[in-house]
Amino acid sequence: MTKLQTLPAASGGPAEKSGKNPRRRESRGSLAFSRSARVKGLIKHAILIVVGGVMIYPLLWMVISSLRPNDLIFREPGLWLNNLEMSNYTDGWSALTHPFGHYMINSAIVVLGSIVGNLVSCSMAAYAFARLQFTGKKLFFGIMLLTIMLPFHVVIVPQYILFSQIGWVNTFWPLIVPKLLATDAFFVFLMVQFIRGIPKDLDEAARIDGAGHPRIFLRVILPLMVPALATTTIFTFIWTWNDFFGALIYLTDPDMFTVPVALRAFVDSQSATSWGSLFAMSIVSLLPVFLVFLFGQRFLIKGIATTGIK
Amino acid sequence: MSAIGELSSMTRRKGPMTKEEKKANGRDNKAAYVFLLPWLLGLAVITVGPMLMSLYLSFTDYNLLQPPEWVGLDNFVRMFGDARLHNSLRVTFTYVLVGVPLQLAVALVIALVLDKGLRGLPFYRSIFYLPSLLGGSVAVAILWKQIFGTTGLVNQVLAMIGIEGPGWISDPNTALGSIILLHVWTFGSPMIIFLAGLRQIPVMYYEAAKVDGATTLQQFWRITLPMLSPIIFFNLVLQIIGSFQSFTQAFIVSGGNGGPSDSTMFFTLYLYQKGFGQFDMGYASAMAWFLLVIIGVFTAINFIASKYWVFYDD
Repeated sequence: MTKLQTLPAASGGPAEKSGKNPRRRESRGSLAFSRSARVKGLIKHAILIVVGGVMIYPLLWMVISSLRPNDLIFREPGLWLNNLEMSNYTDGWSALTHPFGHYMINSAIVVLGSIVGNLVSCSMAAYAFARLQFTGKKLFFGIMLLTIMLPFHVVIVPQYILFSQIGWVNTFWPLIVPKLLATDAFFVFLMVQFIRGIPKDLDEAARIDGAGHPRIFLRVILPLMVPALATTTIFTFIWTWNDFFGALIYLTDPDMFTVPVALRAFVDSQSATSWGSLFAMSIVSLLPVFLVFLFGQRFLIKGIATTGIK
Repeated sequence: MSAIGELSSMTRRKGPMTKEEKKANGRDNKAAYVFLLPWLLGLAVITVGPMLMSLYLSFTDYNLLQPPEWVGLDNFVRMFGDARLHNSLRVTFTYVLVGVPLQLAVALVIALVLDKGLRGLPFYRSIFYLPSLLGGSVAVAILWKQIFGTTGLVNQVLAMIGIEGPGWISDPNTALGSIILLHVWTFGSPMIIFLAGLRQIPVMYYEAAKVDGATTLQQFWRITLPMLSPIIFFNLVLQIIGSFQSFTQAFIVSGGNGGPSDSTMFFTLYLYQKGFGQFDMGYASAMAWFLLVIIGVFTAINFIASKYWVFYDD
């Protein structure tokens, strides 16, 4: 069990119950060992395998197709491979003005900046909301919750005007600076929920020892909220890596393209004959997300179960 | 508690200050505002400032080069007579009103099948969840463009059983449907929220129902659904807000033009074309505010309607 799971606030709502429930559920399952229950189980597995298979098939097929000669993509719906064709990858890698790695480095810079920004700014705001008493707290907290639901489009035009006036178009700043200013309020909320679950006695003890708020925050709260920070890191990674709209608007110079806009340029520049290399680069672009998913899954699942993020 | 639960409880609870709030008369304003500084700055410069600015711009004619020129309600009057905008609204409403319920229904059904300690749950959960992480990417939109193309994967499979499928994304009748399907494909994240919600329904309710001889179906209607209704509501509100803003998939699948014949011209796509294609910033701002009002109205309707079907345990 991770710390995230043992802290009640982290799973939201009547979480105290959820720690015990799964065990009770299992015992309920084992009671029903009759034949009809087993048939029911088989039907369930059959449904899940069929649905899951249909869902995953296109992704598997894309991977296989990227390793096939181009013409097979239009007439081979199966998954078997006769021989590995790596040319799609080598062609795709160098199909645009820069090698594809260039765009991946650009993406990595934006992702790294966004992660640092979110971690620092959101955790600071969350500490204030969760632990400090101040004038206007309720109002600000309400506003913070509302901004989670605010459509990005309402602010994008003036934001663009602002950033273009200070000469930031075709730099990474418009994509990173908002994160340094905690505009991803979802993470503020996630961290507030988490900090609320940390026993207050720990703060009190530190205060008696003469620690001020910066010290309590850095020495007591931050080390205890590592799981929430991990969830934030992982989600920021995936969302920023996939972010298309922001990059489309702010990055028009091919030197500055991140992976999604580079892929889009690739789609637009190619005729229908080069699906193979398009697939190959699509897979390269999905690989980091897939790896993060593989290793960070439990934080992701805990994260959405907590706050309902996408 | 979820963000939405928190918001609605803030509006519900209007009693005197709690003990904790009273005790804290020794406030730490100075420290608090230092901690809040980045957030406050962002609120002012990145969120509220631009919101007010775009409200102002919506009453102007502005193309980035000349200073904004006040035109009163002209932009809104123009929207009233803009047939492409009306079409984009129709497309967006169809997407939201078909895609969101469909996606949530699939998410709920799969969550119900997965619940109750099924063997291999973590594996299935991963399989179902993966698409919702990838679904927003350009790469998956590219894949969609291929599989629903004239010679795409779907038609290859159909050809095996002797059916000649249409060019799904090049036919105005089916193009939007393909993008809705992509939305349904990403049912994994609401499914996980449903699974977490199902976990929190006390088992004793079911045990009591069983003692009273309730059938599985009765248990679903009388226990699962009411107990899960706050979660369904939460998912509904979030998915509707998110779906109104959906952009990337339609943009990539249609090659940026919302085609064929505007059948995938989402409101956000049209807004992008007006603002960043034609630099008609005044009109784009008016559209953005219109979108905010639409989303606000939908959310309000949701909250009002929730009084009649959402069941709060507390």
